[in-house]
Amino acid sequence: MMFLQEGPADTFSYMVLGYAVILVTMALYILSLRVRSKNLQKDLELLIEFEEEREVDHA
Amino acid sequence: MEKTPRALKILSWVTAIVFVVALYMTLVYAPREAVMGDVQRVFYFHVAAGWVGGLAFLVAFIAGIVYLVKSDFKWDDLAVASVEIGIVFTFINVVTGAIWARPIWNTWWTWDPRLVTASIMLLAYIAYLLLRQGIEDPERRARFGAIYAIIAFISVPLTFLSIRLFRTIHPVVIGSGDPTAEGSFDMTGDMRTAFFFSLFTFTLVYITLLWYRVRLERLSKFVDMKKMEALSR
Repeated sequence: MMFLQEGPADTFSYMVLGYAVILVTMALYILSLRVRSKNLQKDLELLIEFEEEREVDHA
Repeated sequence: MEKTPRALKILSWVTAIVFVVALYMTLVYAPREAVMGDVQRVFYFHVAAGWVGGLAFLVAFIAGIVYLVKSDFKWDDLAVASVEIGIVFTFINVVTGAIWARPIWNTWWTWDPRLVTASIMLLAYIAYLLLRQGIEDPERRARFGAIYAIIAFISVPLTFLSIRLFRTIHPVVIGSGDPTAEGSFDMTGDMRTAFFFSLFTFTLVYITLLWYRVRLERLSKFVDMKKMEALSR
């Protein structure tokens, strides 16, 4: 039916939905990279701390 | 782990600025399509996301071959990083395609060759990440990943060519497509500019994300190595 009408179809809400999906998906992925990086940094700090404590115990 | 390189920080800012410009180009600069209306604007990022998906899987394919030749883990890091980003962008491509299809085809989904091949490609690469997680030995995991990335890459040209080889309702914007395709349109000069700028922007986003993701993969492997060292003492 869209192709029988005069002027462009009113598809604004679908455009908003499409862009929302794009922006939210990208934002979530960037956030996931950040969270994973922070968690790994924390793990690494703990491991370094653990190593240092062990060295002190051995000494 | 070393601090974020200055070049990566600069690249991130440049990418963010270019992305904002791309939003302006697609939402304001490009004219509204005469029949489909505003939903046609989804097309710019829909195609760009599909392009990044294919590019990411191509990079994983090449990295897989190089890993099998050199057995250097940095190629495995590159492959897994690239596949993950490829999945994100292919997901965007498939979902935005469905959103565009709803007002144009009057359905979210149809068993069209392009939709089917794109979904199979997406699932094949999700399986890559899931199956990798099940392998403990890093060398076996990397070798399996490399072979899988090479074989799974068959789905990429198949997806690209599906609208050119099979009878389909999916439009072919560049080149000639099936005359029965629904939702085809001719791009004006401004639309073409917005389209190619979107492709450029998403390529830049891919490169930036890939750099971050490869660093994350290396950090993850370094932490795993430290854990093993701590356990073996």
